[in-house]
Amino acid sequence: MLKSVVSVSDLRVDRGGREVLHGLTFEVPRGSVVGLLGPSGCGKTTLMRCVVGVQVVRGGTVTVLGHPAGSPALRRLVGYSTQDPAIYKDLTVVENLRYFAAVLGAPAGDVARVIDEVGLGANRDQLVATLSGGELSRASLAAALLNAPELLVLDEPTVGLDPVLRKELWDLFHELAERGVTLVVSSHVMDEAARCRRLLLMRDGDILADDTPDGLRAATGTHDLEDAFLRVIAERQEAHTP
Amino acid sequence: MNIRITLATTRRILAQLRHDHRTVGLLIGVPSLLMILLRYVIDNELAFNRFGPMLLGVFPFIVMFIVTSVGTLRERTGGTLERLMTTPLGKLDLLLGYALAFGLLALVQVAVVASISMTWLGLDLAGPVWVLLVVAVLDALLGMALGLFASAFARTEFQAVQFMPAFVLPQALLCGIVVARDQMATWLQWISDVLPLTYAVEAMQQLTGNTDITDTLVLDTVVIAGCTVLALGLGAATLRRRTP
Repeated sequence: MLKSVVSVSDLRVDRGGREVLHGLTFEVPRGSVVGLLGPSGCGKTTLMRCVVGVQVVRGGTVTVLGHPAGSPALRRLVGYSTQDPAIYKDLTVVENLRYFAAVLGAPAGDVARVIDEVGLGANRDQLVATLSGGELSRASLAAALLNAPELLVLDEPTVGLDPVLRKELWDLFHELAERGVTLVVSSHVMDEAARCRRLLLMRDGDILADDTPDGLRAATGTHDLEDAFLRVIAERQEAHTP
Repeated sequence: MNIRITLATTRRILAQLRHDHRTVGLLIGVPSLLMILLRYVIDNELAFNRFGPMLLGVFPFIVMFIVTSVGTLRERTGGTLERLMTTPLGKLDLLLGYALAFGLLALVQVAVVASISMTWLGLDLAGPVWVLLVVAVLDALLGMALGLFASAFARTEFQAVQFMPAFVLPQALLCGIVVARDQMATWLQWISDVLPLTYAVEAMQQLTGNTDITDTLVLDTVVIAGCTVLALGLGAATLRRRTP
């Protein structure tokens, strides 16, 4: 079995006429929860789009489960949830999930399972347009969980959730990882970083650090990940100042 | 292409329509109302018999153009298209899913408008009714296919709606409803020759004037179907798995 689920090498992407990812290289091991952390606009979403294979790439390679990203073979194995909930607002939660389940060829009962996993049981027959922001992003997340994908790429899945729900979702992510699912989760909130097994710190289209939370704290001599992030940025700037 | 996914897509689009009573009401009510208006504005049975069937061909074309161009634009901007492009759904599944759902809707629309026209409004059709339904549904599918294609060039719903007059009104002016084609300048006739709505209207004229299926009618139907397939192909080319 392959050790790395995602393998990215010298990835370069242009958007709007300028380079937004500057030659990224990293690996994501199987069964890990990798946090993609960094400020808004640093390239997290673009990177995730490359991993699921919907982004036009200028250079480098992205290999997912042994195939080039976006290969037909991967379309049942990779679950993707975008930052803006990508579900039909004029359908109910269950109608949305039934559709995506049919497209994926998911087994019967999968719709009920994912509704349960994201805790939307009470809203299953509600029109998506009438859901709150948090419910909406959970409905979108539920669609990504359908058909039990081997790799989950989740762009800011916990935005707008109260702390209890956020904890529940992170527990779910770890439970999935224990079953062998690999997760790449983006966030711009540093307190979520501590919940990840591995962190990729991004800024301005570069990866500043690729380490475990503990490793990062040790390397920077800080206790707080926010401070660690600041320290990494400062070190990077010193290195670039002649 | 996978028939299960295609049908699931059709079901999904019909479910969306089921939740949107107002749109369905407008889709069926507006053409009916316009037909009734036309009947009493013209107030001449002979002239109504000439114009009525042509409009039966044009209504589904226009309506489906608008509904599809805005609908697919919403899929593009709402992120659902991007999600679908990461799944096993093929482009053809999506296109045919739309075609089936809107074709069905067009059938209902034309059936209602035609029933009102042929009973209450006294529209006299020489040809068989089923051919009228076939031609009208083909017109609807043509509008749908062009709408899908046009949506690729629109960034916002404002722009998408503006494409309707841009794509449709020149065709409506040149198709022979406003002025008969043989009374137009030659260069206008040439343009008219390459616009698909011309054939939709001609097919309807054939149906009004002849009791049997004429060669011209068959040719018109083939041209409309051919244009639909061409526009669907162009529309498919604008659906990309990878975007910049």
